Amino acid sequence: MMTRPRTLYEKIWDAHAVAHLGSGEWLLYVDRHLLYEVTSPQAFDGLRASGSSVRRPELTLAVADHNVPTQHRAGGVAAIEDVDSRLQVETLERNVRDFGLPYADLTSTRHGIVHVVGPEQGLTLPGATIVCGDSHTSTHGAFAALAFGIGTSEAEHVLATQTLIQKPSRTMLIRVDGALGNGVTAKDVILAIIGKIGTAGATGYVIEYAGDAISALDMAGRMTVCNMSIEAGARAGLIAPDGKTFAWVAGRPCAPQGSMLEAAKAQWRTLRSDDGAVYDRTVAISASEIAPMVTWGTSPEAVTTITGETPDPGDEPDSARRAQLQRMLTYMGLSPRQKLDGVPIDIVFIGSCTNSRIEDLRAAAAIAKGRQVAHSVRALVVPGSAAVKAQGEQEGLHEVFRAAGFEWRDAGCSMCLGLNPDRLAPGQRCASTSNRNFEGRQGPGGRTHLVSPAMAAAAAVRGCLTDVRTLA
Amino acid sequence: MTPFTRLTAVAAPLPIANIDTDMILPAAFLKTVSRRGLGAGLFHTARYDYDKNERPDFVLNQPPWRRAGILVTLENFGCGSSREHAPWALLDFGIRCILAPSFAEIFYNNCFKNGMLPIKLDRATIDHLMAAVSQPGTAELTIDLEANAITAAGISAPISFAVDELRRQRLLYGLDDIGNTLQHGAAIAAHEERVRRETPWLAQTGLEPWRG
Repeated sequence: MMTRPRTLYEKIWDAHAVAHLGSGEWLLYVDRHLLYEVTSPQAFDGLRASGSSVRRPELTLAVADHNVPTQHRAGGVAAIEDVDSRLQVETLERNVRDFGLPYADLTSTRHGIVHVVGPEQGLTLPGATIVCGDSHTSTHGAFAALAFGIGTSEAEHVLATQTLIQKPSRTMLIRVDGALGNGVTAKDVILAIIGKIGTAGATGYVIEYAGDAISALDMAGRMTVCNMSIEAGARAGLIAPDGKTFAWVAGRPCAPQGSMLEAAKAQWRTLRSDDGAVYDRTVAISASEIAPMVTWGTSPEAVTTITGETPDPGDEPDSARRAQLQRMLTYMGLSPRQKLDGVPIDIVFIGSCTNSRIEDLRAAAAIAKGRQVAHSVRALVVPGSAAVKAQGEQEGLHEVFRAAGFEWRDAGCSMCLGLNPDRLAPGQRCASTSNRNFEGRQGPGGRTHLVSPAMAAAAAVRGCLTDVRTLA
Repeated sequence: MTPFTRLTAVAAPLPIANIDTDMILPAAFLKTVSRRGLGAGLFHTARYDYDKNERPDFVLNQPPWRRAGILVTLENFGCGSSREHAPWALLDFGIRCILAPSFAEIFYNNCFKNGMLPIKLDRATIDHLMAAVSQPGTAELTIDLEANAITAAGISAPISFAVDELRRQRLLYGLDDIGNTLQHGAAIAAHEERVRRETPWLAQTGLEPWRG
């Protein structure tokens, strides 16, 4: 029997569709459920109210990352000074204890940002479905896992049933062909993509990233690309697995081993879109056209190259769009047609689920090495996990950063969002490797410029937004 | 869940595209273990200045929109975070229905789980409604989910809208998703058995309960 050619997304979907509910809705099975302190308390309350238990505790892992301070880690939960933050982490610990769930506590060697921990522990496997009450769950798509963010009510649904009610998404192929130039990274690729298709450009779609420039990325880079799929509105991002994927997964604590790993690899090799598979939309970008990128506004689509300038709202014919451009410039304290290279900054943040892996820290350290953070700048390096921190210290990266004047912190979400002590003061301007530049995202009144780790390190030493290619 | 059948309420105009979840509810308000009380943080940065005084120019600080039960807004409402705290904040404030040309997907899904109705309408219709509800005398709309229609004094003919039928039924009757899913227990168990057989590495992790 001839079967219709299928996309990678369709293959993973088909393997997890449990039952058709009608009206295009399906029950989709969830292979891995990640939890953290902010979006889970109300889900556990729901379980208690209905007298339910967790269907598959061993497919679930909890970790506290959003609220946790990135200093004084050895003190554990008791060292969290903010009362509300501490209550959330204590609540998570009570919930994992009451429901018998696996948990990487604050002092565990497995602790870290949930989207760094999942792959690191080998929970993230090709062909798996992975959910978490966090929109950056799309990160795990770098391993060809169908991974996406869910709400708290959905998290309760997964805890109780190990399934979700879903409608199939449309499919979008984004090809990035050619070779990336010097100083151009995965972060610049995804920012360029978002700049091209817009912050709602992929709403309703699952994106599959392909092309030479994607294949050439290491796993950390692929995670960065998939991580920000949600910033284009996508349900998820996917990259077909290859030898790099298999090598990265092999040997991880929760990954299959021995003969089961070989069997898994054989199945994983089938996880690619068939020749002739049809996508609902295809976008092509030439790698050679991508330069180091920097956002200038308060939406990730408000992005240009470091050699570029801010737009002039006066050029925009649509009045709502014109008002929005003006609002963004006012909030950011920038003028129309202002060159981005040279804009002075106050803070540099290197971290977050987007860019806190060892490869990211190496890239930043390569720029920081032998240089000094500008006097006017405070710069933080926040490893994505305890394991990344340990690896960085083994490689001496902490000494490079400290010698240059960077702070070297413990793992957590840190300054990506204003939920822990690391945040911007009103009016402060930050070159940040995180994923969102929304108004107030890094602290009320804070101004965020999203950049790659190398660009962030370059901004730290120059004291302003700057083209990393002039430093390297 | 409270059923959603028919809602007559003041609609607040918010003619901004890409309103993100940080704008709907800043992160500082996420430090709660409850679903309730988040209305105080709704649009906090737009509603209040740094000294916590109301900003008189923001629509929800002006009569009659202070008591809005409906929001009329522009494209990609709710983009950003998956935080269900965003719809909880709207609901706690009293807003149960949002009209926009498009929504971010996770936010859209989260609304239905809380007895809230997000309605997608074309931009021209939204512009028409925006103009009507921007006048205090015609700010009130009626959303009739049984008839799939919007009526108001400020618009000449009812505006029809579409919602996925299963979602509509769940809203109309206040149905519980989990209870419904558990009726498919046999299919779920059969799937788990197939995974153990065909892709056993997905059926296990080696993780153990925390012993902290």
